Amino acid sequence: MKQTSMRSLLLAVALGTLFGLAACGGKKPLPPPPPPPPAPPAPTASISVSPSSIQAGQSASLTWQTTNATDVSIDGIGAVQANGSQNVSPTDSTTYHLVAKGAGGTQEATARLTVTQPPPPPPPPAPTVTDEDLFNQNIKDVYFDYDKSDIRADQQASLQADVAFLNQHATFSFTIEGHCDERGSTEYNLALGDQRASAVKNALTAAGISASRIKTISYGKEKPFCNESNEACWQQNRRGHFVFQK
Amino acid sequence: MDQPARPTRQRRSGRIGKAGLALVVLGILFLSPALLAQDWVKTGTSLGVEKVRLAVSDFKPSTTDPQNTALLKTFNDTLWNDLDVSGVVELVSKSFYPLQTPGQPPEVNFLAWNAPPPNAAMLAFGNLGAVANGRLTVQGWLYDVKNIQSPQILGKQYGDAASDAAARVMAHKFADEIILRLGGGIAGIAESQIYFVSDRTGHKEVWAMDYDGSNQHQITRLGSIALSPRISPDGSRIAFSALTKTGWEIMMYSLDLNRLVSFPHMGGTNLSPAWSGDGTKLAFSSSRGGDPEIYVADASGGNLHRMTTAKGPDVSPVWNRKTNAQIAFVSGRTGLPQIYAMEADGTNQQRMTDQGYAVSPNWSPNGQFLTLAWVRKYGPGEPGSSDIYLMDIASKQWVQLTHDGGRNDFPSWSPDGRHIVFQSNRSGSLEIWSMLADGTKVQQLTFSGRNTQPNWSWK
Repeated sequence: MKQTSMRSLLLAVALGTLFGLAACGGKKPLPPPPPPPPAPPAPTASISVSPSSIQAGQSASLTWQTTNATDVSIDGIGAVQANGSQNVSPTDSTTYHLVAKGAGGTQEATARLTVTQPPPPPPPPAPTVTDEDLFNQNIKDVYFDYDKSDIRADQQASLQADVAFLNQHATFSFTIEGHCDERGSTEYNLALGDQRASAVKNALTAAGISASRIKTISYGKEKPFCNESNEACWQQNRRGHFVFQK
Repeated sequence: MDQPARPTRQRRSGRIGKAGLALVVLGILFLSPALLAQDWVKTGTSLGVEKVRLAVSDFKPSTTDPQNTALLKTFNDTLWNDLDVSGVVELVSKSFYPLQTPGQPPEVNFLAWNAPPPNAAMLAFGNLGAVANGRLTVQGWLYDVKNIQSPQILGKQYGDAASDAAARVMAHKFADEIILRLGGGIAGIAESQIYFVSDRTGHKEVWAMDYDGSNQHQITRLGSIALSPRISPDGSRIAFSALTKTGWEIMMYSLDLNRLVSFPHMGGTNLSPAWSGDGTKLAFSSSRGGDPEIYVADASGGNLHRMTTAKGPDVSPVWNRKTNAQIAFVSGRTGLPQIYAMEADGTNQQRMTDQGYAVSPNWSPNGQFLTLAWVRKYGPGEPGSSDIYLMDIASKQWVQLTHDGGRNDFPSWSPDGRHIVFQSNRSGSLEIWSMLADGTKVQQLTFSGRNTQPNWSWK
């Protein structure tokens, strides 16, 4: 309580002194200040990018306008004209920062270009099994004895499997090629190959496969599968070979 | 089914002689006395009768043209080879010749030729000269040097534009004139052609060459597979079999037009065409009816008739080109392929070979022999080779002509009946070879690519 009284007293003394001084010096009025020079106009700036989003590798158009600027620059590009446009194709998202400096100050503007990475190439389509693949995977060639064109007993299983497959795929047409081994004479082997192809065809038609689906051709010994002179190779070449008809 | 083929009817057949031409020929003569008059026997073998000793003096230059050296070499080499392989003369070795050889009749020193060492009965000589304007002239004579009073048998002059090919043709013409006179009146073959299949372009195409292997050139350009070329009797067309989009079809190539000409597609597998001797018909194998059978059609492809019906492949027909009354062919009706013969209307089918694997029959120009490819001993443990054989049609007696290993196939007679051309892999690759019809004078004719199925022109 006592301290508050002291502070109020000091304030009152100080105020009285201040008023007294002011009354003494304020008698003569000051001249009006000169009008301030007109302030230079502040620069304006705008910048835009179109489109605002691209994929890497594409380009966008960067456009900017400024006024009242003497010094215009864009970060990453450098000094530019007061107004202009330019194609850009950054590889990453970029903010274009425009700084326009003039007597009236500095104005900044920014434009953001978003760069997206191109989508990864679409994954290869899941492998589809063509009819021909299906045919080749399932059909079984029929093998023959030397100089023979009758169906061997051990080839009946192959033929029955072929018949079953061909019945399941009734739209498939095909050629049966008759082949012979390298022994023997060219002309006779072509006739023999013709008989082998016919033997396979006849077995299929007897089992109910339509003859209209089947072509035959003889290659004799003109297109061997195997070129060695031994029985294993010769057996490979004595066959009725199925070829899918596209 | 698995048993080796047996003859349906056992025929008396056996091997002619054992080895050696004299025995072979005696065997054939014994069976066919009429053959004594046939040129084939006289020329293909010696029969104990000495062949004419012919000296062939290198032709001499008649001008100073610088081309003469090369042209003379071609002419002299060609003439010598033609006469050497002809089978009708015995050429006197050049090492016996006198130092002075004639280029003109007045230069002939009879004593230097008709006495030993040359001891020649005949002398061929002459001259060759190219001149500046590009003409080539050849004069040639054949002299009976034992007949000094009237020695000249032949005098010929040939002229053409100077070229290696012209020199070769002139040598062929002169050789044929000599062979005509010394070989029993049968025309020589030096200007004949051999058609064959070669894969040297990467595809099997039909090719042609002179009979001595020179001038090989491609005929077809199908880019597919062409097989079994058969030249027509008049030399104007080649029938062959080719793989087309619809299968194996008989194709026809005109050598007059240098292009394929139309021939109807038959359907099925169509193989191995063969001309009748008069050129009016073709026989071939067709599976158009299901089984490969022999058919006969007009040369246009019309008027088709089926000749065989047996199950099993029937293929490779060939006409008796002298009578046109029979056709020989290959049939697998009893198992391994055998040679059969039938009348041209399909009747009287009979088996000609008794065993083994017999294919590729070809009928001799005189109509009395077949040549064929035969593996007589065939089967496991029987590594028989495929050799060329000769068979007398009437008796079915046979003789083996090749003995040099390899697979020999597709024999074809020369027009004079003295030679046989065939394919063989004896050199390690498939090539065309020729020989006299007694198996001697074997010559390799092709050296590039694989060459097969030779067919000799008819004249």
